[in-house]
Amino acid sequence: MMNNSKRQGGFFHLPNDNMVKTIGVATLLCLLCSIIVSGAATLLKPTQVANALLDKKNNILAVSGIDLSGKSIEQAFTQIEARVVDIATGEYTDAVDANTFDQRKASKDPAYRVDLSSEQDIAQIGGRSKYANVYLVKEGDAIQKIILPIKGYGLWSTLYGFIALEGDANTVSGITFYDHKETPGLGGEIENKKWQASWKGKKIADVSGMPSIQLIKGIVSPDTPKADYKIDGLAGATLTSNGVTNLVQFWMGKDGFGPYLSKLRTNVNQASVVTTANIKEQG
Amino acid sequence: MASEAKKALFEPLFSNNPIALQILGICSALAVTSQLSVALIMCLALTSVTAFSNLSISLIRNHVPSSIRIIVQMTIIASLVIVVDQVLKAYAFDVSKKLAVFVGLIITNCIVMGRAEAYAMKNGPWNSFLDGIGNGLGYSIILIIVGTVRELFGSGSLLGYQILTPVSEGGWYMPNGLMLLAPSAFIIIGLTIWAIRSFYPEQVEKPDYEMQNAHNAPAHGATGGH
Repeated sequence: MMNNSKRQGGFFHLPNDNMVKTIGVATLLCLLCSIIVSGAATLLKPTQVANALLDKKNNILAVSGIDLSGKSIEQAFTQIEARVVDIATGEYTDAVDANTFDQRKASKDPAYRVDLSSEQDIAQIGGRSKYANVYLVKEGDAIQKIILPIKGYGLWSTLYGFIALEGDANTVSGITFYDHKETPGLGGEIENKKWQASWKGKKIADVSGMPSIQLIKGIVSPDTPKADYKIDGLAGATLTSNGVTNLVQFWMGKDGFGPYLSKLRTNVNQASVVTTANIKEQG
Repeated sequence: MASEAKKALFEPLFSNNPIALQILGICSALAVTSQLSVALIMCLALTSVTAFSNLSISLIRNHVPSSIRIIVQMTIIASLVIVVDQVLKAYAFDVSKKLAVFVGLIITNCIVMGRAEAYAMKNGPWNSFLDGIGNGLGYSIILIIVGTVRELFGSGSLLGYQILTPVSEGGWYMPNGLMLLAPSAFIIIGLTIWAIRSFYPEQVEKPDYEMQNAHNAPAHGATGGH
């Protein structure tokens, strides 16, 4: 700026309404501002990307129930195995790298997008990615926790979250929503830790294998019929509650992770002679 | 000079408050006040944008052609807002997710433009900077009042700490859902303006018209009736 003003000499002494000065001032200002803006964006980009990634890992860890005490997020995340599943077949795939595959981006990428018909699309997401990220917590070879990404439309916005299932692929061990724009205090209560904790121990699919889990109006008590499949609705947020029911049913159903989950359930039944089913039916 | 600086800094707090007297910047005051912590970050963001936009506009005020002065102001303000948004995304990720689009909307906040046009174009850089800080603080005071009331009665907490334990957590307080919705901010801002104008009666605007006395009014039949 200083050099400029010296070199151009008379430029700053021109009257303000002079055409040359008007264009000159506009050009200089735009140049300076664009340098500042692009400088800030470029310099801060690595921190922002790291933040977003850390936030995602943090959410996966929160829903996995892994003890975080004394560990950094990165350290704790080493206990989690990232895999990619082909949603239609339910098989693991190595077509993309599990650590870098971004399902959210892929659901908009024509190469990976699968459009959903209106009767399939109960979660109102329009289409889904061909592949999905899944995160596994293993002990030896046995799967302890399966963490699946879920999304669907609430009242104002798409809700993004994760659901964690126990090794039997049918019992919920946790749920979290990390990105949404629902009304704080009403639909925004999907972030309420106490409500999220009420999902623990609920069952996804009934005997027929169809996902039956749903939110109901009011509070679920032990006498509620099929209480295992029901979750308290959010007070004052019927449409968000319906959205949550729909998105969980979609992702647990045949157009979502259904094929993958039913494979896991068969594997579990084959692997372990003693299933918990008997005990549950007695209790 | 010192008294002018003092005036620029402190007048906007109560006696010339941008929200309460000039009724500017209402939209963000409704949108970001359902949680106090979010409101505080918004205050910080707006105060820094107003201060630095006033400073930079004041520095170049003698060279700004009047035909493009609004665009010049907008360009400077928009650049500052983008920088603030980027900084928040890098260093206050959680808050920036909650503020979402509203940081970007500082560009359209009338307070920033208003101070640039009304003060910074006519005054020196230092006073303009202080005027920006002062107006930012004036905006902040109202946002903090609204945010405190809304979070306390809407969620029973302040800055995320539970104060009144709501029924859903096993306590006694039934949160007031209205407080979490935008209309409650109108009510609280209205009450705040009432309180401020009770202390500063000179802020009360003259009525636009006065009721006529009944006997001066034209006879009912003469107007033709409805």
